[in-house]
Amino acid sequence: MELSVFGIQSTTLMVVALLTGVGLVAAALIIARLISPRSFSLQKGEPYECGVGTRGESMVQFKVGYYLFAILFLMFDVETVFLFPWAAVCRSLGPNGLLSVLVFLFMLILGLAYAWRKGALQWK
Amino acid sequence: MFDFGSITTWFDNLLESVMPAWAATVIECVIIGVVLLLVYALLAIFYIFYERKLCAWFQCRLGPMRVGPWGLLQVFADMFKILIKELIRLENIDRFLFALAPYLVIIASVVSFAVLPWGNGLQIIDFNIGVFFMIAASSLGVLGILLAGWSSNNKYTLIGAMRSGAQMISYELSVGLSIMTIVVLAGTMSVSELVAAQADGWFLFKGHISAVIAFIIYLIAATGETNRGPFDLPEAEHELTAGYHTEYSGIHFGFFYLAEYLNLFIVSGIASLMFLGGWMPLHIPGWDGFNMVMDYIPSVVWFLGKAFFISFIIIWFKWTFPRVRIDQLLALEWKYLMPIGLFNLLLMTLLVVYGFHF
Repeated sequence: MELSVFGIQSTTLMVVALLTGVGLVAAALIIARLISPRSFSLQKGEPYECGVGTRGESMVQFKVGYYLFAILFLMFDVETVFLFPWAAVCRSLGPNGLLSVLVFLFMLILGLAYAWRKGALQWK
Repeated sequence: MFDFGSITTWFDNLLESVMPAWAATVIECVIIGVVLLLVYALLAIFYIFYERKLCAWFQCRLGPMRVGPWGLLQVFADMFKILIKELIRLENIDRFLFALAPYLVIIASVVSFAVLPWGNGLQIIDFNIGVFFMIAASSLGVLGILLAGWSSNNKYTLIGAMRSGAQMISYELSVGLSIMTIVVLAGTMSVSELVAAQADGWFLFKGHISAVIAFIIYLIAATGETNRGPFDLPEAEHELTAGYHTEYSGIHFGFFYLAEYLNLFIVSGIASLMFLGGWMPLHIPGWDGFNMVMDYIPSVVWFLGKAFFISFIIIWFKWTFPRVRIDQLLALEWKYLMPIGLFNLLLMTLLVVYGFHF
């Protein structure tokens, strides 16, 4: 168990920080609801777009380009997760560890090169 | 160097001598929560003022001058203004997700804020995977932004959120890679050990050219990750009104604003932790008198000074470079920063494994 300030477990403190965030938002919202004015009109509820009524649905399907980048991100983010433990001990692993990671990185760079060649990095 | 850890240890012993251990822990947790909240809010207020004044000076203006001396109270006035604004009840939105989004954004920044080392012994959460945890926590914010854009039932917010999401996840990779470069050099992910490893020289100076490249990549990527500077196209006013938080009113909008400024501080804090020695004073080998004088400056001042300096550079970017387009933004990350970051990581590994470092 890792101990942090006051000798409290770090996991407990993580929960404390999380609750602090929730508390900050909740408290500010309660204060705002108590002191802010409230009025109702139909126009206020409309989306803030161009001044004229919105045509069609707004929660629509969006450009596939974003999805492509999300997939690429996933690949490299998982790679980051794999590489961090290696990074912390790479000095003691020495040249052997470096060699095995080179193979891993080579495949990743190959993947990036493939995506690049296929035009996935080109915003269309 | 004064160790704040002695104060917390003394306080802990004092509490445990008068009450059972669990009660002491509860009281300490409450104190930590309150202190975290206060520091978070005060820092946000300071940062809003800091950015306004800097922006004004970059444009040869004075900035806020009317409320209080040099406009010091302007931010407080704005805070009260934003609290008394009406929270507009919108039609046709996804209410649950709309309400959830600010929570996620704020939680992400508060949790990663709690990991920063403020001074000698002044650090709230100290995991042995601290840096990794910090990256993980801060990447939660992108969820909040995507939810905010999606649930608002507005086409501008949807486009803004998608842009913001694509941008934040892309630049997160480069942030991760440049941090990993330093982790390779330090051989640890614990924040306190990272700082301790820089006692004899900051990583920026110890890590040869590789650390300098990582620092530059980190600065660019951090600017992108916080949606600032030339990369603020999620909020491109002339295209998207205000991006993903268009539909939020009053204090609801304030949360996004708050988190944006705190994220600026957090990325600056991480930069000073990873590259500029955290709260460690500047030591030049051989200059004993100079080092002694530097030791007298409190560690908190060192940490805040470095963080404010990095923030200054990031704000400077904003007024120096024109806003990029989305294709340029993604090309910069995936075709330049990312491959350079990968090769830089390899270079650093070679330096470390074959012992070319000092």
